[in-house]
Amino acid sequence: VTLLANILIDGIAYGMVLFIIAVGLSVTLGLMRFVNLAHGAFAMTGGYLAAWLVGEQGWPFAWGLLAAVVLTGLLGMLLEALVLRRLYRRSELEQVLFTIGLTFLFVATANLLAGPEVQLIPLPGWLKTPVDLGIRTLPAQRLLVIAAGLAVLLLSAWVLGRSRFGIWLRATVDNTGTAASLGIPVQWVYALTFGVGAALAGLGGILGAELMPLEPYYPIKYLVLVLVVVAVGGMGSITGSAVAALALGTIETASKYLASDWGSLFFFLSMALFLAWRPQGLLVARRA
Amino acid sequence: MSGRFPNFNEQETRMGKKMNWLGAALLAVGMVGAAQAQTVKVGIIAPFSGPFAHYGTLFRAGAEAYVASQGGKIAGQNIEFVWRDEGGPNPANTRTLAQELVVKDKVDYIGGIVFSPNASAVAPVIQESKTPMVIFNAATSDITTKSDYYIRTSYTLWQVTVPAAQHAAKKGYKRVVTAVSDYAPGIDAETAFKAEFSKLGGQVTESIRMPVRTTDFAPFAQRIKASGAQAVYVFLPGGPPNLGFVKAYQENGLRQAGIEFLGTAETDEFDLQKFGDSALGLTTLFHYSGARDSAANKAFVAAVNKQNKEAVINYATVGAWDGMYVIHKMIEATGGKRDGDKAMAAAKTLKWESPRGPVAIDPNTRHITQNVYLRVVEKGAGGLLINKEVQTFPAQVDHGLVK
Repeated sequence: VTLLANILIDGIAYGMVLFIIAVGLSVTLGLMRFVNLAHGAFAMTGGYLAAWLVGEQGWPFAWGLLAAVVLTGLLGMLLEALVLRRLYRRSELEQVLFTIGLTFLFVATANLLAGPEVQLIPLPGWLKTPVDLGIRTLPAQRLLVIAAGLAVLLLSAWVLGRSRFGIWLRATVDNTGTAASLGIPVQWVYALTFGVGAALAGLGGILGAELMPLEPYYPIKYLVLVLVVVAVGGMGSITGSAVAALALGTIETASKYLASDWGSLFFFLSMALFLAWRPQGLLVARRA
Repeated sequence: MSGRFPNFNEQETRMGKKMNWLGAALLAVGMVGAAQAQTVKVGIIAPFSGPFAHYGTLFRAGAEAYVASQGGKIAGQNIEFVWRDEGGPNPANTRTLAQELVVKDKVDYIGGIVFSPNASAVAPVIQESKTPMVIFNAATSDITTKSDYYIRTSYTLWQVTVPAAQHAAKKGYKRVVTAVSDYAPGIDAETAFKAEFSKLGGQVTESIRMPVRTTDFAPFAQRIKASGAQAVYVFLPGGPPNLGFVKAYQENGLRQAGIEFLGTAETDEFDLQKFGDSALGLTTLFHYSGARDSAANKAFVAAVNKQNKEAVINYATVGAWDGMYVIHKMIEATGGKRDGDKAMAAAKTLKWESPRGPVAIDPNTRHITQNVYLRVVEKGAGGLLINKEVQTFPAQVDHGLVK
């Protein structure tokens, strides 16, 4: 029973980290249909900014986090307006090539500015203390990640499903021309959505840094993991990404407890099975 | 330089005999040849790009600092370094690089190499061309058995792990868990610990192998905690895995549960400051600490700082520095001429005071015999973390080859 509880607790914590890192990509790749392999680069940017603001400039953690997320979002909007916008109508291969090139640019820049070492975001005392859950302790930081994951999930579900902006976005993605003729500011919608995607990536980079430490090769190292979550969860389905992240996180954690010699076999095996079962995403029933 | 002149004169007289229109050209070629021969060429293979580029930087800082500390010349010879990028683990490519160094650049010595498979791949090249090769890092035991021209100035996992098992046994531990990264060096470390610890009457109750791409180490920490072990022997590659494991060790309360952390390179100076206070009190067994209190080490640290202020003082830097010492002695023994066998014969008898302490080259394995230290992470001057040497295991050989 303790083992089962351990698997569930660690699995949910790990799954939430996966979700929070992947949710931004679910927005850009899933909703905007833009093959954004530079997603990890935005996550790294957010993390590096937070590390710099909190670690070097001595900002309080909460403000540093907020500023880093906003700045990453602005950088995303800027890049969208300047270059990425021109790629929407290009083939997917061109999008892949461009964004992976962009990723290498970020890798080299991070290496140049901060060096090859791992960067740490200093946590305030209240996040460092382990919290007693009765059967075992869990670092407070993990609890924050779980809470933040839930908040992002609820907020984005509301924005996309209920708000005016969500309606605009879905209209714009489905048919840009018609949406524009209906008076929807499509360029702003795209830029803002991309910015939000980048900001969420940044948030994931910061909160996930405890498990996925920040270093120059971060964007490439964790790209596969993130793509798996989005693919299994289904394009553009944020709830799907959350379910996928929690399921995969729990499976990976269980395999670490019970069969670690098999490495990541079960993670990728379950990915293959999920995709075979529900190719459109976990929450989308297969259409006949 | 003077040792070179007979050679030069010889060529000149030979050419004087048939001084025709070709003679002038030949003379010019001869002079160039002679001028080149006054410089000893040392090829260094190391990662200079990509995720492991810091090794290249540290090797370079250590090697260049050594030459600078000798006044820019070694045994009266000019030294010319030829740097080649190893990139990452890529044996075929490394072999090509070594071939080019020997055939095209005509180097007299090769040094460097971070990854064990790369080091092994070079064997046929150095064996055939009789080029002495000094390994600055690659730490798998059997490499030096693959050619007679290997010398190693780093360490092997067996060399530092056997003292770790002895320390555990001496502390009276009966049950220890091993937790290693699941790849060749990790398995090597696990085997070494098990062999020595069970010989001393202890028991390795569980051997956990952690997938290389693990990011969340909490499950492993919980398993170790639940196992009821008195200590955990760990092996992890540097960088993120290392940081992740130590964090999990702390956060899951393994220290409070009284499970001692026994590592080797985990608290290496390259990562050390990044751990923060969570590293305080971690015990490791290793052959070099940048904070070692000795005159030789202080001179070494000063020389490297002068060469490259950014360079971290750690096992890679000292591996390159001592590697250059061995090359220095080989140049001295051969008068700067290319003579692999004579150079190797000289290298096998070396014994000197290194920044890491007294060391020697074992003539049979051509691996460095050195002290291994039990170290504890402490706060040093200026609030920086250091590995404080608290106990010495003197003159350890490579226990992987010498049983």
